[in-house]
Amino acid sequence: MLSHLLPHLILLLLLSPLLTGIITRTKAVIAGRRGAPLLQLYFDLAKLFRKGMVVSSTTTWVFRAGPVAGLVVPVLASLFIPFGGIRAPFSFNGDLVLFVYLFALARFFTVLAALDTGSSFEGMGAAREATFACLAEPTVFVIFIVLARVSGSLTLDAMLSSLQSHIGHPAAGVPLLLAAVCLFVVVLAENCRIPFDDPNTHLELTMIHEVMVLDHSGPDLALILYGAAMKFFVMGALLVSFFLPPQPTDIVTETTAFVGAMLLLAVAVGLVESAMARLRLIRVPQLLVGTSLLSCFALVLLLR
Amino acid sequence: MQNLPDFILIAVILLNFFLLGTSRLGACVQAVALQGALLSLLPPILSGPSVHALSLAGGAFCLKGIVIPALLLRAIRKLDINREIEPRLGYIPTLLLVALTTAGAFVFGDRLPLLAAHLNSLVIPASLSTLAAGFLTLITRRKAITQVLGYLIFENGIFVFGMLLAEAMPLMVEAGVLLDMLVAIFVMGIVMNHINREFSSSIDTDHLNLLRE
Repeated sequence: MLSHLLPHLILLLLLSPLLTGIITRTKAVIAGRRGAPLLQLYFDLAKLFRKGMVVSSTTTWVFRAGPVAGLVVPVLASLFIPFGGIRAPFSFNGDLVLFVYLFALARFFTVLAALDTGSSFEGMGAAREATFACLAEPTVFVIFIVLARVSGSLTLDAMLSSLQSHIGHPAAGVPLLLAAVCLFVVVLAENCRIPFDDPNTHLELTMIHEVMVLDHSGPDLALILYGAAMKFFVMGALLVSFFLPPQPTDIVTETTAFVGAMLLLAVAVGLVESAMARLRLIRVPQLLVGTSLLSCFALVLLLR
Repeated sequence: MQNLPDFILIAVILLNFFLLGTSRLGACVQAVALQGALLSLLPPILSGPSVHALSLAGGAFCLKGIVIPALLLRAIRKLDINREIEPRLGYIPTLLLVALTTAGAFVFGDRLPLLAAHLNSLVIPASLSTLAAGFLTLITRRKAITQVLGYLIFENGIFVFGMLLAEAMPLMVEAGVLLDMLVAIFVMGIVMNHINREFSSSIDTDHLNLLRE
């Protein structure tokens, strides 16, 4: 599978910032504006990497480690996920646990970097991020149990590549659809999209992720933005695997279908963001507990 | 799980979750209406489009899907209440309880000695979990109008259970149940009106626990 490593990484590294551009563009079009160019995030990244950086004198190396972990972890996690026809470069039994906890590791470092600045505002954001992540995690695990049960395998690669042949199957179809809905909510929550967090606001009290990265500037900020885009790409790839065409065709067709589905996912997220307002903070745990229960219900349906 | 009834029953169970998890009264009423309307489709699907089944479905659809929700929505508009502000039990504990009772319903439903025809259907679990959701609504919510909704959910659960006997159930019995329900809703409407007038624009049933000079 190592031959897939290079196309895998190229796809991830090149395509991920485009998705953010598509979300922004969708929102702009729905709102009747023309919107930023689709490649805006590439321009932003290029600009930020050329800039200098201001680092507060109260911070330590932990502050610099946060963005690096935020960039490296999505790349590592992506190695366990198949991108359409490109199978996962690495897989072993139980890699789904590693997948979830890699993201937990990135969150740990982001939270530490936020706390390291000593700002109470960033500490507040860190507390919220940690809380909501705890609530989203059970959903992901129950979804993985559903997938493992359906496919009879414990590697993400085998689970996700065989999904398409199961989703049309009557006994597994409904639980898988429920799992897909839950996963969509988790993707929105984990990537700080709108019902949970507003990626555009930098000064509101309800924000979660953006508040933690307020002190980062220049190349560090670029690392964070790039890492966030890749995280969306990886988690989106998880979701998109549910809906790829079932017939195994050649690698090019499958990968094209995958890329098309990712673009559609970005449009869908943009539509959700245009249609919904952000939830009140007190309702967020409720929604996440609700999705956990919904995924448990999918498991119950599957097991009976 | 290859056919329409199972999809309807799953939708009914999901609506239970939604009902116990939302605080907006208008959305609650609409969800109950949707639940009733979905359920009224079941008799003709399960037992074939006979006159009996069609009239049962038509009656249930009109009453549970249209008339009663319209009455409740009107009550909400006239009394000007939108939200269940503070339920006796928070939303997350209630949701957890619904999940527990639903899982319990599935476990229990599999152990019942049923006819072979009903053995793997979702009817029993859906019915039991809807009954439990109705009970929970009655127990955990304060407003008179949510109590009416709990009663309606409860009736939906009984209706699902009746699906097992769809061929045997006389039309008069089902019609009588629907009529009873309509009368009960009317009575609750009058009670709500009185609570509202007595306690100056609030339909919190907790007021009824207190004695006043």
